[in-house]
Amino acid sequence: MSKFNKKKSGDMPAISTASLPDIVFMLLFFFMVATTMKDSDLMIENKLPKADQTSKLFKKEFVMYIYAGKPSERYQSTYGSNARIQLNDRLSNANEIQNFVNAERASRNSEAERYLTASLKIDKDVKMGLVTDIKQELRKAEQLKVNYTTTQGSVIKK
Amino acid sequence: MAKKRGAPPEVNAGSMADIAFLLLIFFLVTTTIGVDQGINRKLPPMQDEPDVPPINKRNILTVLVNMNNQLLVNEELMDIKDLREKAVSFLENNGDGTCSYCEGSKDITSSDNPTKAVISLSNDAETTYETYIAVQNELVAAYNILRNRESLKKYGVSFSELEYIYSDPASKSEYSDKELEEIGDKVKYIQELFPQRLSEAEPKRN
Repeated sequence: MSKFNKKKSGDMPAISTASLPDIVFMLLFFFMVATTMKDSDLMIENKLPKADQTSKLFKKEFVMYIYAGKPSERYQSTYGSNARIQLNDRLSNANEIQNFVNAERASRNSEAERYLTASLKIDKDVKMGLVTDIKQELRKAEQLKVNYTTTQGSVIKK
Repeated sequence: MAKKRGAPPEVNAGSMADIAFLLLIFFLVTTTIGVDQGINRKLPPMQDEPDVPPINKRNILTVLVNMNNQLLVNEELMDIKDLREKAVSFLENNGDGTCSYCEGSKDITSSDNPTKAVISLSNDAETTYETYIAVQNELVAAYNILRNRESLKKYGVSFSELEYIYSDPASKSEYSDKELEEIGDKVKYIQELFPQRLSEAEPKRN
């Protein structure tokens, strides 16, 4: 009869989900770009100290990671609560660093080897005794380029 | 024939969202936001008996850190926030007047010129890594302040930027060999103005 009767009463129209994939893809791309792969499970606490005179690390193929810190709670019964070094997936002693460095070198081509940097990811509560051990071993292995990996921030506590 | 001809049937895209979600969740779980930055340092090569030339006492800034994370700079207790300033004024003190680009106070009891000035850092085995990094950061900052100042004056670009381009293996594809060589020369020139002579002593064991 009139214009106004056209509206259908009853069923609501279904909400279109056609743009859902687009939204999800957008999120996906964000995470793909903004993140880096975690390569080993950390068995230690690893809160990095802060610093502001930092420079970015080079691409991953030029970096080897050495972690140190207190074993995390669920490993403390097996490994104790003293700070330890983690290379790849296991807790190690300082004297294994040389082998680790050689293995890391061997897995890269000779071009990348020149740029190879050791990234030291050390918990901020670790004592310098252990850090010095790591440094001595790196010197013995002639891996002289190191990067004290930190988070961005001011060193002065408020 | 029963089959309809003409336009092909539309592909059902309803599961696209599911696939995308699956990927999204995978990336969410396996990744960490990169914190890959830090202080670059070069360790000294292993030497049995390093031959140390005699250095005049006024040319050395000794920084000691004890087990309680307290700082002793040239026999004076100091707070970490004053260290940067102290290191800068020590480095560009220019006691013998040979450094034309320094803006220091020419104090005769402090360093002769930047090429002679040495900062000696030693820490206790019980010092925490956090303090060590803080001290390293402040000392590196002192060098960076001076180098950036000279680099900006001379080239209009900060030293940190030049150095990063020069040492990054990825810049090979972005710059020609000649450009890289030029940048390398600039880096070396600035490094010679303020050579980083930051020596670390072996820690004391007790």
